[in-house]
Amino acid sequence: MTQSPRARFGLMLRLELQESLRSRWFHFYALVAVGLMVLLIFTGVSESRVLGFTGLSRLLVTYIQITMAVLPLFIIVATARSMVGDREAGNLEYMLAFPVSLRTWFWGRFVARLVLILAPVLVALAIAAVFGAIKGHEIPWRHVSLYSGLTAALATCFLGLGFLLSAVSRSTEVALGASLMIWLVLVALLDLLLLSVLIKAQFVPEFVIGIALANPLQSFRTASMILFDPQLILLGPASYVILDTFGETGYVLWALSYPTLLGLAFAGLGYWRFTKSDLV
Amino acid sequence: MGMISINGLSKRFERRAVLDELTLSIEAGDRIALIGSNGAGKTTLFRCLLGHYRYQGAVEFDGAGAARRDVGMLSRIAFVPQLPPPLRMPVGELLSFAEKGAGADRTRMTEIAEAMGIDLDEIRRQPFYRLSGGQKQKVLVTVALARDVDLMIFDEPAANLDPAARAVFIDLLAARKSASMLIASHRLEEVAPLVNRVIEMDRGKVVLDDSVVDRLKAGVLSSCRIGLSEPHPTFAAALTDWGFETSNGTHFEGRIPAGDTLRFLGLISRYASLIDLLSLDTGKS
Repeated sequence: MTQSPRARFGLMLRLELQESLRSRWFHFYALVAVGLMVLLIFTGVSESRVLGFTGLSRLLVTYIQITMAVLPLFIIVATARSMVGDREAGNLEYMLAFPVSLRTWFWGRFVARLVLILAPVLVALAIAAVFGAIKGHEIPWRHVSLYSGLTAALATCFLGLGFLLSAVSRSTEVALGASLMIWLVLVALLDLLLLSVLIKAQFVPEFVIGIALANPLQSFRTASMILFDPQLILLGPASYVILDTFGETGYVLWALSYPTLLGLAFAGLGYWRFTKSDLV
Repeated sequence: MGMISINGLSKRFERRAVLDELTLSIEAGDRIALIGSNGAGKTTLFRCLLGHYRYQGAVEFDGAGAARRDVGMLSRIAFVPQLPPPLRMPVGELLSFAEKGAGADRTRMTEIAEAMGIDLDEIRRQPFYRLSGGQKQKVLVTVALARDVDLMIFDEPAANLDPAARAVFIDLLAARKSASMLIASHRLEEVAPLVNRVIEMDRGKVVLDDSVVDRLKAGVLSSCRIGLSEPHPTFAAALTDWGFETSNGTHFEGRIPAGDTLRFLGLISRYASLIDLLSLDTGKS
């Protein structure tokens, strides 16, 4: 039996896609991601005006704010427990006895999950665009495409983190606990919360900016708001400093590349740990 | 040099040695019953061979040192775990994965499944985890036997099978002449008709390595005497089939080929409560 690595990767990818499409976490996640957009449309958010936002921009801004909180939590919790759960249940013992390399197994799962995580968000954005076209709103295509890119970057980051947690945790409880803890810390370090406190307490600005830049949630939040609010009126003090330092384009590039690379680094670390430890 | 050479294999969990400097050679054509109490190290040995565990020592396949979890080596090994995994995928998807990813033969899978008493078309759409324990085990056995491999590893393979399926399973394994087998079982009598070598493990070490086939080749016969507490027609008929003779229906005498000792002991273990006297003389002492 000879099969090219590409064919094996395709096989693994298909297996994981089918497996995830059947899983409850994906059904719930897709329902929330698409349902939120539908809910926002039906509640007439696009017709209201807040701080100058109206139409599709208003709809997308609201969706972005909710996505930022929901998407990472979903990804990290669902991913962190997946491999540990498979190990505890005995699925890994059986499936890894087949002649599939660990590289194919691990990265096939990673890519399949990334595709599945992005699909509902892209569907939601497409629904928003169709709704905007029907209503005669101007569709901010640049915003929609950049927002898609930022979502993909954020998803990659938390997916990588989830895979890392899954590889290092020996039980589902530990994986879940660690993922929730990390998510809470990152939310706490948003400029709305701890960063504002740090600036008020007159911490060194470089330290505060460093934290803001290192937090992928903050990167997403700042960059996504730059698209609609170039002066960052809605955001907290850290965003002002960041905008002054980077400029709009520079910061968007950072927000696209940094979480993506960080996620891939996390996943790479998870893969290394996975291959160097007992698999079951 | 055996097909698989295991040299100084050790595996520790938090300082406790589950496999302790284990050295073993598995030849092509070996059909090994791996016995031992819980915690003896049988499953750990399997997991080391399959690359699931990191370990100290060396495992060589056909004289070449294999990297841990070498895909080429895994393509030559089929495995059935002790407990069927709760896979959510439909049975059809598992079979398709086994076919495309591990070279399982579709026609052979259908034939084996039929022999085991399951209709693959009927359960193809059912999630694997929703099958009964016996059905799951039959599907896993089907997948393993449909692969063209050199070594089959079975961890308590018949634990969930009903007696009829167990008999078919043993027959299927017996008919599979081309592959070596490593079968862990708590019940030696169950696999006795199948194996030509018995390895007993205790606390991570091999404490018995008995090659039945050598003595069989030598044509050695063992004298056997059995005394029953009361006449038992079924048991008497079974003993008569083995060539035993009796004068009063309770005392039997006969000779069995040494190579069939395990199979014979498997038979008489079913009537253990009737047996008052048992002597088996190999003529060695």
